[in-house]
This record gives sequence, C-alpha cells and structure tokens, in this order.
Amino acid sequence: MGFFQDAFIYLLAAVVAVTVSHRLGLGSVLGYLFAGIAIGPVLGVVAGADTETVKHFAEFGVVIMLFLIGLELEPQMIWRMRWQLLGLGGLQVLLTTTALTAAVMAAGFVWQTALVIGMTLALSSTAIVLQTLNEKGWMRSRGGQSSFSVLLFQDIAVIPMLALLPLLAVGDPIALVPGNAADPAPHGSLIDGYPGWFQTLVIVATIAFIILTGRFLVRPAFRLIAAAQMRELFTAAALLIVVATSLLMDLVGVSAALGAFLAGVVLSTSEYRHAIESDIEPFKGLLLGLFFISVGAGIDFGLLFSEFFLIIGIALGIILVKALVLLALAGIFRLPWQDTWMFGLGLAQAGEFAFVLFGFAGSSGAIAGGLVEILILSVAVTMLLTPLMFILFERYVLPRTVSSVSREADEIPEPGTVVIAGVGRVGQIIARLLMAEGYKIVVLDHDPNLVERMRQTGVHSYYGDATRPDLLEAAGLGEAEVLVAALDDQDQQTSLVRHVSEHFPKCRIVARAFDRHHLYELEKAGAHVIEREVFEGALALGRHTLKELGLHPFRAEQKVRAFRRHDQQTVDILREHWAAGMGNKYITAVRTRLDELMQVMRSDRLAGKNLPDREWTPPRGEDAER
Amino acid sequence: MARVLVLFAHPRTDRSVANTALMAAARAIDGVTFADLYAEYPDFDIDIDREQQRLQETDILVFQHPVYWYSSPALLKEWQDLVFEHGFAYGSEGTALAGKSLLQVATCGTAREAYRKRGKYENELRTMFSPFEQTAKFCGMHYLAPFGVFSAEDAAEEKRLDGIVSDYSRLLTALRDGTLDLERAAAVPLLNDVLDEVITAEPAAV
Repeated sequence: MGFFQDAFIYLLAAVVAVTVSHRLGLGSVLGYLFAGIAIGPVLGVVAGADTETVKHFAEFGVVIMLFLIGLELEPQMIWRMRWQLLGLGGLQVLLTTTALTAAVMAAGFVWQTALVIGMTLALSSTAIVLQTLNEKGWMRSRGGQSSFSVLLFQDIAVIPMLALLPLLAVGDPIALVPGNAADPAPHGSLIDGYPGWFQTLVIVATIAFIILTGRFLVRPAFRLIAAAQMRELFTAAALLIVVATSLLMDLVGVSAALGAFLAGVVLSTSEYRHAIESDIEPFKGLLLGLFFISVGAGIDFGLLFSEFFLIIGIALGIILVKALVLLALAGIFRLPWQDTWMFGLGLAQAGEFAFVLFGFAGSSGAIAGGLVEILILSVAVTMLLTPLMFILFERYVLPRTVSSVSREADEIPEPGTVVIAGVGRVGQIIARLLMAEGYKIVVLDHDPNLVERMRQTGVHSYYGDATRPDLLEAAGLGEAEVLVAALDDQDQQTSLVRHVSEHFPKCRIVARAFDRHHLYELEKAGAHVIEREVFEGALALGRHTLKELGLHPFRAEQKVRAFRRHDQQTVDILREHWAAGMGNKYITAVRTRLDELMQVMRSDRLAGKNLPDREWTPPRGEDAER
Repeated sequence: MARVLVLFAHPRTDRSVANTALMAAARAIDGVTFADLYAEYPDFDIDIDREQQRLQETDILVFQHPVYWYSSPALLKEWQDLVFEHGFAYGSEGTALAGKSLLQVATCGTAREAYRKRGKYENELRTMFSPFEQTAKFCGMHYLAPFGVFSAEDAAEEKRLDGIVSDYSRLLTALRDGTLDLERAAAVPLLNDVLDEVITAEPAAV
C-alpha cells in the first residue's frame, strides 16, 4: 500500500469515527479506538504488522503530550504536589502491584512472572486518561489532579521497572535492554553493561544537562528564531526540542516521555511557552489519535473470540482490582465523593507501557509467548472499556453531585485576569497600571525583544502573534475577564477584536483605535470600550498650548472639555454616514460639525456681559430682589 | 512679620472685574503668598502633601472667593476635604493648624442689605459661612469675621471698587505686620464695619 492510500484510510477513519463519537457524547478516544477496529480487524484494510509500526511511530504522540503537560506545570507547582505524587502515586503502584502479583501467583505462576505482570498492569494509560480529563475540563478538579499525580509517578516508575525486568527472566537469559514507549524499535542504550552507579551518574548528568540547556541556551536560541518571524521555523524548533530530548534520554536508557516532560517543565517559565504550546498541540492530537487507532487496529479478533471469556475475565479482573485499590486510596486521601469515583474509574485500565513491557517480557522469556498475546489483548480491552467508565461516571456520579461540584469551584476562585495583546507604547502603559494595581496580567507580543524587556520588569510576557486564535487560547483568554487589544497594526487589531468577540463572548474588550474610522470598525467588530490612542495626548498638548498663549489654566481645561464633548458627539453623528459609505453627505456633515465647533468654542468669548453664560451663575443682585 | 497665604478660588476670573482687581492688589504685597487654586489644579487633582507643607509655612490663611450658593466654589471645598486630614488638621496629633488664623474675603452678587436678619437671606454673611467657621475652630484656628465685597459686579461702575481694593490691601498688610487686633476682628459679624478700628497702628512702610 502506498503512503497516500494509508494516510487516506487512517485520516478518513479518524474523521468519520471521531465525529460520530463526539456527536454521541462518547469522547474522542473511543472514536479513535473504533476507527482502528473498523480499519483493522473488521475491514482488514490495514494489516496487523503495519499497525505495530504505526503504533510505535504514534507513541511519539504520548511523548509530545508529556512535553505539553510539563510546559503547563511550573516547577513550584510540582514541588507543591510532591506529597501527592509520592504518597498517592507511590501507594497506588505499590498496592496494585502487590495485589495483582498475588492474584497471578494464586493462578499458579512463579513469583517472577507474577511480579512482571503485576507491576506492568499497575500502570494506567496516560494517553487516554489525560486526553479525556483535558477534553472534559476536569484537569483542575481534585480528582483530575490526583489522577495526574498518579500518572506522573507511574511514568517515573517505568524506569526502575525496565531495570528490574531482565533480573526477573525465568526463561533463557537473553540480553535485555531498557527501552521506552517511544522507541520505534527497542535498542540498546549507550551505557549498557556499565555498573549501576555509573549508569545512575550518567542519567543524573543528562537530566542536569537538559535543565541547564533549557534554562540558558534554548531561550536565546528561540529569541533568534522568533526574530526571523517565520512560523514554521518556530514550529520546527519546538519539535526539535522534543525530539532532541527524547533522543538524549533514549541514549541513556530513560523514558523518552519522562525526558520530554522534564524539557517541558524547564521551558514552562519561558516567554515562548504559549507559542510552543499552540504550535505543537496539533501534532500531539494527531499522533495520539493515530496511537489509539493503532491500538484498535491491532486487536486480534481471532484470538479474542477463541479465548473470549478468558480475555474478558482478565480485563474485568484488572479493572476491578485497580479500581478497588484506587477507591481505597481516594478514601485514605479524603477525596470528595465525585472525585473519588473520577479517580477510581478513570485510572482502572492498564496503560500503553504494557504493550512495550509485555513485548520485552515475552522476548526475554519472563513470560511465555502465548500468555503475552492474551495479556496484550486484555490490556487493549481495558483501554477500550475506559471511555465507557468515564461515561458511567458522567451519567451516574456527576448528576448527583452538581451542587458539590459548584461548591468546589467556589473554593478556589480564579482571579480575574487581563490579557494584553501588544505591548508597544500603548500596551506597556496599561500593563504598568494594571500591575501596580495588583491585577494578574498576561502579555502577548510578536516582538521577541519587547517581550524580553517586559519579562525583565517582571511582567508575565509571552512571545507570539496575538491574532492567532490558538495562541490566545493558550494564553488563557478563555478565563480572562478583559482583553486589552493594543496592537500597532490597524487590520490585525480589528481582526483580533472580531475573533475574540465571536469566540470569547464573556470577555470584555478594551481596544485602542487609530482614528475615528478605525473606531467605527472596532465597534462593528465587537469591542466594548474604544479610545482613539492619540486623542487624549493631543488634547493635553492643546491645553498646554492654550496656557502658553496666556489662557488661564482652568479656562484651558474647560476649553478642552468642551472640545472633547463636541468631538464625542461628532463621533456619534458621523457614525451613520460612515456606515453608509462616506459619500458627499459625510463630507458635508464633517464641515457642519467643524462650523458648530467654532461657534461652541467662541460663543463664550464673544458673549457680552448681559448674555447669559452657562457656567457658574449664582444669584446676582437683580435675582435676589425678585 | 506674619506669613500670609491667600488661597484664591474662582473658576472664571476673566468674568470678575472685582476679583481681578483684588487679586492684583494681593499679589502686589510683599510677604503675602498668593495662590490661584483653579490655575494650580485645573483638573481638581490636589497635591495634598504640597498644600499641607504650604500651610505649615503660613500663620494667617485667607480664602478669597466669590459666593456661590452661600458658599465657596467647589474647588475650595475639595481643597478643605483633602488637605484638612486627620493627624494633620485634627485628631490627637493633628495640631498643624492650631493657633493660625483664617479670614474669608468673599465677593457677593447681592447687596449688603440681603445679608441681614430681616434681609432677603435672613442671615449675616458670617452665619452663612458657619461651615467654614466650625471647620476652622475644629482645627484650632482663630476664625476672623469675613470681609465682604457686596454687589461686586457693580462695584467698578459705582466707583466703589478702588476703595474696596485699598481696604483689602490695608487688611492684608495689617495681617502681615501684626497690626490687626485679632480678638476684635474675631468678635464682630462683619470685618468691613470695623476695619478702621481693628487696624491698630499705621502699617509699616513697605
């Protein structure tokens, strides 16, 4: 099959299945899995062997996902999570491994085999769970945070598990190598065969290297790349970071996903965070989709039907044991009721690492070949059942806890934030004002030097083109209370306002206009408050000029106020002419307004003593005599 | 020599012949500081620290203003609201104004007769200004009887203005030189009536 044909089949299946699944409210993961089943076992348009290759390629999606998760987690946040990570995560892996190992031993296997199976099945699917939590918007709930802690701990736990695997081989000792989920083909790391302490040292040095490089080398490099103003170059550089980190971690035999996560965390405090995020996001989505498709396509229906009850039994057993352990842990850690169920049902499946680990275990002789296939199939079934578990949670647990969910939300009120698009002469002043008032602001600009300068003054600034919808999303416009549109390009400014007013109707838009015409355009585009950027500055200079000409400062102020009032009326009057296309009528109206202005401004000076003045007219002598 | 500060508050100096003349007279006296509040704070954004500093360097404070609805123009009220702070003007540590004197020089639209018990307004000018007087007392200041310029708009036409301006100069000079009987000036309803009596000696040559 040619490349185009393959691509056509995968993409078509994904588009159709995910659309249908989404319509039915089943989420994208189940859609991808069914797309895979449809093109693999059912229609047979892709061969089983092909799907293995595709799956290994697609596992890079998991790596990118962890990179993106890291990008959203600042180091302080991980530090705050440390007890949850070690406590919840550590206990989950320990207890589940023990329980499953005991169960397998009870079925009559030797302890080594049982331990390999137990610890492998203790891991859950980072890809499915995080994708679902993000999709449903549950990441910030306590259940979501606890799930994430456990998944992160599991990702770290893979490293010692890979190291243990060769020691547990009961069959012929074949030289085994630690690999990872993202390996297209498992191969040896550079430091194999060296003593353990040396391997550890190399791994620690590598991690230190990644952190230092991320801190001191990547940011200046990105500044240069961003200055080139070529989006695809930036995307390529972002992908390069993920691939380079994966490759490096791979060479020293550590999980590429973990390395990517680390790289993400290192870059999470940089100004390029949002730009990288929105550039890489589509790759993650597609590759993860491909990964789920390959899982579905790889299901061996022949074996499934011949050993149907055994496989379903094992799958249900895995889910039952894991869910029980998780529910117990949720109880110990005092999670609220609905979070307990989200946590318990959500993490009950076996993860994608199982495919890799069982693969190794099979080739190393730790588990017999026939059993490996049955186990892999059982793992696939647990993954297939996961979206159903989430549906169960959504249909039966959530509806009963609506009140407590909203109470939860009240406990952590999100502070009102302001996104400032463009920090040139206008945006900078607004940013300083809001910062001084203690508001949380996020600043976006496409000039890397400006962003760098703002960063140095302690402003949360990010590099990126503010007219890009995905970047606005990444910068948190969904939660922002106000957008300050302060771009220095008229057309970009208008399209930014139009986009935000359409897609974020709750966000108030304060916009900088260039002149009256632009003001009308911005009004039409949906801005709520508009100021002509030079208007107030020009009036101030005008006031100073009047003072220089000998006018009393307060009179000058009064003149400026009168002018401003008249001008604002002019804006209102000319609006309809502008909308009608600025023909002769517009020009006539402008002239009329100008004449009126002269009258308004001069009437006071020409007025004789006996003419009534408008301002400051308390009773005079003749008034009191009446 | 006492330090005299005249705070002048008029939003339309260009329309007031009387105030323009009074202002020129006050500005001409050495040792008297003249401040046009509407010129200094056209946007009403009063610099409290600066004003308090200025008060601390003052012994006798003069409010010169037209009468608007039986009171002063808005900026002078704003000035008092902001500058007479707790801890500065009043309160256990607010003694900055204690012992100083306050005099109001007010141009009135109506005739003297309106400001009588049986006149149009049924009250003396000083009674009308009781909020100022109480404020001054609250801050430990001596409140002197107000100096009124009645039917101010017609003063020039009726050839009264020169006399009024010269009285104002004498008043400010006497305040500066300490030749004004503050006790008596505080006791009467209107300073105009007793000006010759309260100025005790010839003012020193300027």
